[in-house]
Amino acid sequence: MHQLLRTRVNDFAIKLGNVNGTGSASANSLLMQAIFRMGIPVSGKNLFPSNIQGLPTWYEIRVNKDGYTARALEYDLIIAMNSQTYAKDVAEVREGGYLLYDSTWPLDPHLRRDDITILGIPFSQMCNESFGESRERILMKNIAYAGALVAMLDVDMGVVEQLLDEKFSTKKAMRESNLKALTLGHDYAKQNFSCPLPFHLEKMDANGDKILIDGNTAAALGCLYAGATVAAWYPITPATSIMDAFREFCEQYRKDPQTGENNFCVLQAEDELGAIGMVIGASWNGARAFTSTSGPGISLMNELLGLAYYAEIPAVVIDVQRVGPSTGMPTRTQQGDLMEAAYASHGDTKHILLFPSNPAECFEFAPKAFDLAERFQTPVFMMTDLDIGMNDWVVPKLKWDESYRPDRGRVLTAEQLSQMAKFQRYHNEDENSIAARTLPGIHAKGAFFTRGSGHNKFGGYTETPDEYQEVLDRLLRKHKAAAKFVPAPLVQTRPGARIGIITIGGCDPAVREAVDILAARGIVADYMRIRGFPFDSGVEEFIMSHNYCFVVEQNRDAQLRSLLVLETAVPKDRLRSVLSYGGFPLSARHVVEPVIAQVPPELLNARPKSEDAHRTVVSDTWE
Amino acid sequence: MPSITKPVAVHPSLHRNAIGLNLRDYEGAMSTLCAGCGHDSITAALIRALWELSIEPHMIAKLSGIGCSSKTPTYFVNGAHGFNSAHGRMAAIATGANAANRELTYIGVSGDGDSLSIGLGHMCHAIRRNVKMLYVIENNGVYGLTKGQFSASADVGSKSKRGEANRMTPIDPVMLALSIGATFVARSFSGDKEQLVPILKAAIAHRGFALVDVISPCVTFNDHNGSTKSYLYTRKHMQRTTEADFVPPASEILATIGPVGSTTVTMHDGSVVRFNAVPKDYDPTDRKKVLNYLQENQGSIATGLLYVDETVANMHEMNATPAGPLWSLPYEKLCPGTAALNELQEDYR
Repeated sequence: MHQLLRTRVNDFAIKLGNVNGTGSASANSLLMQAIFRMGIPVSGKNLFPSNIQGLPTWYEIRVNKDGYTARALEYDLIIAMNSQTYAKDVAEVREGGYLLYDSTWPLDPHLRRDDITILGIPFSQMCNESFGESRERILMKNIAYAGALVAMLDVDMGVVEQLLDEKFSTKKAMRESNLKALTLGHDYAKQNFSCPLPFHLEKMDANGDKILIDGNTAAALGCLYAGATVAAWYPITPATSIMDAFREFCEQYRKDPQTGENNFCVLQAEDELGAIGMVIGASWNGARAFTSTSGPGISLMNELLGLAYYAEIPAVVIDVQRVGPSTGMPTRTQQGDLMEAAYASHGDTKHILLFPSNPAECFEFAPKAFDLAERFQTPVFMMTDLDIGMNDWVVPKLKWDESYRPDRGRVLTAEQLSQMAKFQRYHNEDENSIAARTLPGIHAKGAFFTRGSGHNKFGGYTETPDEYQEVLDRLLRKHKAAAKFVPAPLVQTRPGARIGIITIGGCDPAVREAVDILAARGIVADYMRIRGFPFDSGVEEFIMSHNYCFVVEQNRDAQLRSLLVLETAVPKDRLRSVLSYGGFPLSARHVVEPVIAQVPPELLNARPKSEDAHRTVVSDTWE
Repeated sequence: MPSITKPVAVHPSLHRNAIGLNLRDYEGAMSTLCAGCGHDSITAALIRALWELSIEPHMIAKLSGIGCSSKTPTYFVNGAHGFNSAHGRMAAIATGANAANRELTYIGVSGDGDSLSIGLGHMCHAIRRNVKMLYVIENNGVYGLTKGQFSASADVGSKSKRGEANRMTPIDPVMLALSIGATFVARSFSGDKEQLVPILKAAIAHRGFALVDVISPCVTFNDHNGSTKSYLYTRKHMQRTTEADFVPPASEILATIGPVGSTTVTMHDGSVVRFNAVPKDYDPTDRKKVLNYLQENQGSIATGLLYVDETVANMHEMNATPAGPLWSLPYEKLCPGTAALNELQEDYR
């Protein structure tokens, strides 16, 4: 009996092929949200084009009772709603799987496959008969396929109706037409197919204390909670929704109820050079300020990032990485800005980087980014990516530590200044090589001249080698000191492990799944997820305790590996690369196969204990 | 010369302003620019204007980009906060600084390379945002620090020191600013302190972005025959279009009694600018008339406070920010706390 014909509950992947700009996103997220509310671990990946209307777009949903929610590459069911991509969609259905298409028009017989089941529903015809207005017909076709999936996958209809109630609480007519379309698809599937399909859903209780949120929204919330008051940005995919969300949250929570005044200022800059300039100006003046951008923006910001580094001015930059180089693929994901961010700007510069792996960490790391920027008086990058930023992730409910207070770093008060004989900006460093700064307008004694040109430790202009070097050397010591303050790596060890697997950011779910799959295949690996740069000492220790480490990352040039080679003392040959940089979120298969191909033969035979082989990681690393 | 320091001693007879400071208190380090540089005259005018306005030095933020002009913030108000940033980026940095703290007096000093080439976009958008600041362009038509290349303000036919003629059309900061809605536009000449000081004072009192384009001859690279930014050429062609008196808020009542035919504009802070000797049909509050006048008088260099509009909201007013500095808001006002976080997460269930 074929595997797919066996009943599988809460363990499958589907893919929805649509035309962008037709409203499919709301139908897809309705499904995703319904599954989430059924308490089942789920992920949704939006694979969309850099376009507003008319090009192919896909949405993938993976459900997995064991919590593996990285992108799946095997699709049990593909919903082909875009005739332009029929050929590709039909070809991608796994053997024994299903294809659902709009049978208003016949499917090209050449596309038929014997090893899959092809189901047709005349969505267009049904919607044309049921709805009058042309835009509504197009929109409701999507809701109709959602209805069919409700029947085919056993989605809880009550949950779906509840979602529609919430979504259209003030638009009764919309609710009615959505429900009508949903029923059309649902009833057709029920009457014509054997529902549910062999793979389907059953209620679970895995999402009790979880939320469904994208990283950009979570990052914006983090900036709100961090107390950021000035935000400057230039619109860019995939970072734009950070500032949209930040502004929305501010409108809600930062408007003074008495005066109506805004306790924030969001500036849409003329370009990214301006955006980072504004952040630096505001930070120089004491505000918590940030910008959100992507690779092309970082390229433009390089000049002023060097100024902030050298003049020691805080700046928080959220980089939602997309595919480069150049314009690249703006709606695809990558981790291609690591080197650029680590060493942004000309001359000797090094920056602090944080690597959140999911929306919950975007929220958690945002206040850390501000604390580090102000403590170390330097730019701090929060490196997320399009997959984290724009896709909805199931993460533990965000928690806030009520005792949190911003770390403003060494900023002298008026009282401290009044007692000083003379304030000198880059003098009297603390144990982390940080000198005190002053804010303009606080006290007459605090005034000094900030400059990006050569300066000595007193802040004065210099072209003298020793004086210049003295400051530059302190900056290096300061950067190194930050290693103790960035989030430590998370390490997961297994008995008998002889290799290590290292990654960062959004690769985490795929790598954790891969580590389990490898263990089941007899390759036992320890796992480390790096969360900050400069590297915590634990990073080097982990590598040194393994003869072979695989560095999994989403770029061509092994940038994380390069950083490890450059910034730790580990021998280069201990680090092997697993690279995936085509632009789609990482899947466990992208890791498993290259690791097996590169594992030295003597390690292949090391059979694990049986319990290790079956150990699965349901809990997430942030718990 | 940088090796020369100014004497510390202050003559007791020096006048003191309203906050008890004398002119010397508004000076900075010794200039390192070439002897006779127009920029030094502008520095002197700034010192006088700031002294006369009795602004506390540490409540002044003086910002610049890169270039000869951008060196000058070192040469005035030692007690102010200075920021010598990157080439062309001063307007952006000043915008952010102003967003964080609206209580300081912002003085941006820039040049024609800084403002009309590499930083043109930033300047234009600071104008559009109406950031409250004095923005001085020390305009000499030439790149001084890199030794004599034409800048974007060089006139067609204007000759470099080596005799090469510029063939590209210039960017006129005054016309540009007026065309994009600037709310305060002035032009002056570094050699005319009598005109420049009141303009600078009015610019500082202005509600929003005040652009002051000052023709400032470069004695080393652009003060020869064939230059249209030389001392000789400017003196010959400049035409005082308006003559403005600046009257601080305290003497408002006297100020409004001007000569017959004069125009007075009340600034946002209550001070008054009184225009005298304005040509017929010229109204410094009517953008169209100002543009027409400038178009019709292209052969001469119109100077004076050319246009002012006190009715337009500045960046803070547009953003409805509170009265004090944003940075000083207590954290409790900024963080919505756990209860709000729990509540808002219901939308993500």
